[in-house]
Amino acid sequence: MLIIPCPHCGPRPELEFRYGGQAHIARPVDPSPLTDQEWASFLYSRDNERGIHAERWRHIHGCARFFNVVRDTTTDQILASYKTGEARPEGV
Amino acid sequence: MPDSLAPDFTAATVNEPFRTPSGGRIDRAKPVTFSFDGKAYSGVAGDTLASALLAHGVHLMGRSFKYHRPRGVMTAGSDEPNALVTVSRDAGRTAPNLRATQVELYEGLSAISQNRFPSLGFDVGGINDRFAALLPAGFYYKTFMWPRSFWDRVYEPVIRASAGLGKVPTAPDPDRYLQRHVHCEVLVIGAGPAGLAAALAAAESGLRVILCDEQNEFGGSLLADTSSLIAGKPAQVWLAETLAELAGYSHVTLLPRTTGFGYYPHNHVGLVERVTDHLASPDGAQPRERMWQVRAREVVLATGAFERPLTFPENDRPGILLADAATTYLNRYGVKPGKRAVIAAANDSGYRAALALAEAGVEIAAIADLRRAPSGTGYDAAKRAGLPIETGKTIAGTSGKMRVDGASIASVGEDGTVWKTQDIACDLLLMAGGWTPTLHLYSQSLSKLRWDDTVQAYVPGAVAASQALRAAGAASGAYGLEAALSTGFKAGNDAAVAAGGDAVTTRVFVTVCPAGDASTFLGALPHNRDANRVRAFVDFQNDSTAKDLKLAVREGFRSVEHAKRYTTTGMATDQGKTSNMPMLGVMAQAQGKTIPEIGFTTFRPPFTPTTFGNFAGAARGDLFDPIRRTAIHHWAEGEGAVFEDVGQWKRARYFPRQGEDMHAAVARECKAVRGSLGIFDASTLGKIEVVGPDAAEFMNRMYVNPWTKLGVGRCRYGVMLREDGFVYDDGVVGRIAEDRFHVTTTTGGAASVLNMMEDYLQTEWPDLNVWLTSATEQWAVIALQGPKAREVLAPFVEGIDLSPAAFPHMAIAEGRICGVKTRLFRVSFTGELGFEINVPPSEARRVWEALYAEGRKHGITPYGTETMHVLRAEKGFIIVGQETDGTATPDDVGLTWAIGKAKKDFVGKRSLTRPGMMESKRKQLVGLLSADGRTVLEEGAQIVADPRQPKPMTVLGHVTSSYMSAALGHPIALALVEAGRSRMGETLQVLVPGRGSVAVKLVSPVFYDAEGARLDVV
Ligand SMILES: [Zn+2]
Repeated sequence: MLIIPCPHCGPRPELEFRYGGQAHIARPVDPSPLTDQEWASFLYSRDNERGIHAERWRHIHGCARFFNVVRDTTTDQILASYKTGEARPEGV
Repeated sequence: MPDSLAPDFTAATVNEPFRTPSGGRIDRAKPVTFSFDGKAYSGVAGDTLASALLAHGVHLMGRSFKYHRPRGVMTAGSDEPNALVTVSRDAGRTAPNLRATQVELYEGLSAISQNRFPSLGFDVGGINDRFAALLPAGFYYKTFMWPRSFWDRVYEPVIRASAGLGKVPTAPDPDRYLQRHVHCEVLVIGAGPAGLAAALAAAESGLRVILCDEQNEFGGSLLADTSSLIAGKPAQVWLAETLAELAGYSHVTLLPRTTGFGYYPHNHVGLVERVTDHLASPDGAQPRERMWQVRAREVVLATGAFERPLTFPENDRPGILLADAATTYLNRYGVKPGKRAVIAAANDSGYRAALALAEAGVEIAAIADLRRAPSGTGYDAAKRAGLPIETGKTIAGTSGKMRVDGASIASVGEDGTVWKTQDIACDLLLMAGGWTPTLHLYSQSLSKLRWDDTVQAYVPGAVAASQALRAAGAASGAYGLEAALSTGFKAGNDAAVAAGGDAVTTRVFVTVCPAGDASTFLGALPHNRDANRVRAFVDFQNDSTAKDLKLAVREGFRSVEHAKRYTTTGMATDQGKTSNMPMLGVMAQAQGKTIPEIGFTTFRPPFTPTTFGNFAGAARGDLFDPIRRTAIHHWAEGEGAVFEDVGQWKRARYFPRQGEDMHAAVARECKAVRGSLGIFDASTLGKIEVVGPDAAEFMNRMYVNPWTKLGVGRCRYGVMLREDGFVYDDGVVGRIAEDRFHVTTTTGGAASVLNMMEDYLQTEWPDLNVWLTSATEQWAVIALQGPKAREVLAPFVEGIDLSPAAFPHMAIAEGRICGVKTRLFRVSFTGELGFEINVPPSEARRVWEALYAEGRKHGITPYGTETMHVLRAEKGFIIVGQETDGTATPDDVGLTWAIGKAKKDFVGKRSLTRPGMMESKRKQLVGLLSADGRTVLEEGAQIVADPRQPKPMTVLGHVTSSYMSAALGHPIALALVEAGRSRMGETLQVLVPGRGSVAVKLVSPVFYDAEGARLDVV
């Protein structure tokens, strides 16, 4: 069980969180002009990193906020945790 | 002999011919009677099942898995591959596959051996041993392949019956299992000399320390050490003083009988404490096991080392033990494991065992050392004692049936040639093959193992990034008591400092003890016999031999991970504790490579087999999942309702009267609603309050419907899609105020809908000023449905004009009912005039009972979910999750009308114009009528055009809902059928397994009151 640092509440056990998939995939502001291919890519294409991965978590049994985590999927080391809307920190 | 045969304890064999007169950590004054395979024996307090049986000269404790060869105990600990037993207290308290070496004796203990039929001494499965040539490596894969049908009917049942690693209990487990979550700065696993020293150092820092050990007593190797001195005191005196010191610290937790079974991310370690298994009559207040989920800042692994067996022909007979196990049985349990011993030594451990046994009066027939020029403390002492040492020798084979009775010693020339020198009679043959550091947990932590040439073993390498641990003592490859104490203390100190404690002054443990020895022999021992015939066992539990491994290499299984699976080496319940390194040795030998070139297999939890109860903890029965009950639940119970589980909710399914089955009850309830009045508990509906200046805009984006123009006091049926365009949820939404919506969701969808709303609000549209609040528990919902609904409701309502003009269908208003605030919806999921009365749950029962009392004038009838389903199906209303399955678009289920055509965007909109979503052949919602007018179709049944077509048939769709309609007097069904709306009036066939098919006519899904006239009956 991971210890996940919520940027609002601090480190908490994984049981308090729900995984939210890959981070930094913004919904297009206006999806209508997108080609079917582009839209399908937005819907379904996700990275499957063996290594450093930016992902979303929701502190569902805490502050209920979504936030982002950079995690090494091979070691489960958490390299950064930051609020929704913030840029991925330099260097991780 | 039947397993259930009750032993006659009065006839217990009390004479223990192999018990020493004194010494050891047992209490000879406290006899303990137990039974093994129905025969009663006597042991003493402090014994394990294995030591007590050995005291009677009983070595034969099991049969091997594949060949059913007689097997004796080989080790004295958790690495035991052979002596697996089933211990039962009763039908529910039966634990298979326990290692006799770890089963503590208690009065009346009843154990049976496994893998034998009908008895341990005579086993018909032993015939496999004669046909060993037919059971080579990979025989499962090679033999049981064809024909396919034989697998289910012949091969698998026979394999299962003859394999049988114990039997499962026949009754539910009555014991309790608990879990604790704890934090500590330093967790020390293993309480041998290294672990004790580590705990001492960490304890002095004042930090929270947990020390655990899988054995009943702390001390590890010290428990069998009768010669070493620590700080001038006998080792066991030092042990007692150290334990007293540790017990004096309030910040140190000592956990004996506690196995560290799993190492998980971020220094999360699972320990299982066996609380009552060693007790004759467990206190019912105690759990059987307690799982400690430890989050440790630092972990010290002081898990010691396992002795390596030697791979020589017939190395598996009862009476062949690891050398250190023999020392342990003698020094710790006061048991001589035999009368005349041969010792096969590649390590000084063999000499230490020989010296101890000789002193106890066991005859040492020969010490056959593989090395030409051995050295070591034990070797020197054995030489001085005049023990018969022969160097440059190998074991070419053994003899004996149920017990070893001789060993063939052979010479190994400089060039590797082997010639037999002598057969020596013995009833005990010890193997001293060197040591393997116990690094299962280290490896589980994803930290690296590193091959160390000097100790010829894998030792701790780089620590995994997210973990904080270190190993000490033999687990780190530092052998010998002195090294254990010094590396242990340093590790404990380093861990404490890393965890934020102050450094402790170094302690020096002055010791007098044998030097550590890393000598070993890896690979199959040389011999002069036919290599294709002899069997030298590598994995004793899974019966894989050096020959099997060599065959696997010849057949191309060069990767250790492949060879392991092909030969099943290391894949038994012991996870290869004794077989891992011998396997690598044989594979390296066969490929002419070094061991690090061969690679390594990954260790996985649990370290030793762990009960399901340990993981389940209290989460069983009613505590498995929370149970949610509505405010009306107990009223419904009182009325005899039959409940069903809907998610975590208990919902009343129907209310049978005397003699009614479900169909009769549902038919009666349906008639009551359509004819007069029904009352229904809809409290489980999910409710979300959407509030804020941008609430309408948020709703516009989340739902397919337009919301901007929905007037205050009006409701609308909302449909929510996922971004991929498929229907996700639905429900009635009421506008309470310009900036406030009362959103309802499906019972099961409430949490996930709120999660999805929060997701969009927080991450995609943080600019919207909207608040979302779950209100499911804030409102109980009473549905009054039927022509008499208004008449019964009206007298109780204040502040709301219920007249049809003022309060039409799909209206909502706030007011009071029975003096309680209410949100009153005029909605109908039945097609009848209907109201849904939202009240605080604390008042719901009172309101319900008031309405019920008033309704009795009109025959008010409580109805359940089953009737609700029938009534809505008659109206063609879908249920998300029944008519939809995550691949249905709004158009598929006839909801295109709900979509706000003018809206530029909403979740899922873009997906609706992807080509696949507009396919003309998509399945569409239709109604089905059985042509015979009486067959109620099976939900889920497949629909085809021609049931006589060859298989695989072209399936056009499936039945989603099917009921007998009381109102119509015939069955109705809903279905999804390919291009269904263009097939109205066609006849298709619904397949009925085993009974051919039923003809059905495709009709509109609205079966009842298509014009909606009944909503407004006056
Ligand atoms: Zn939080």
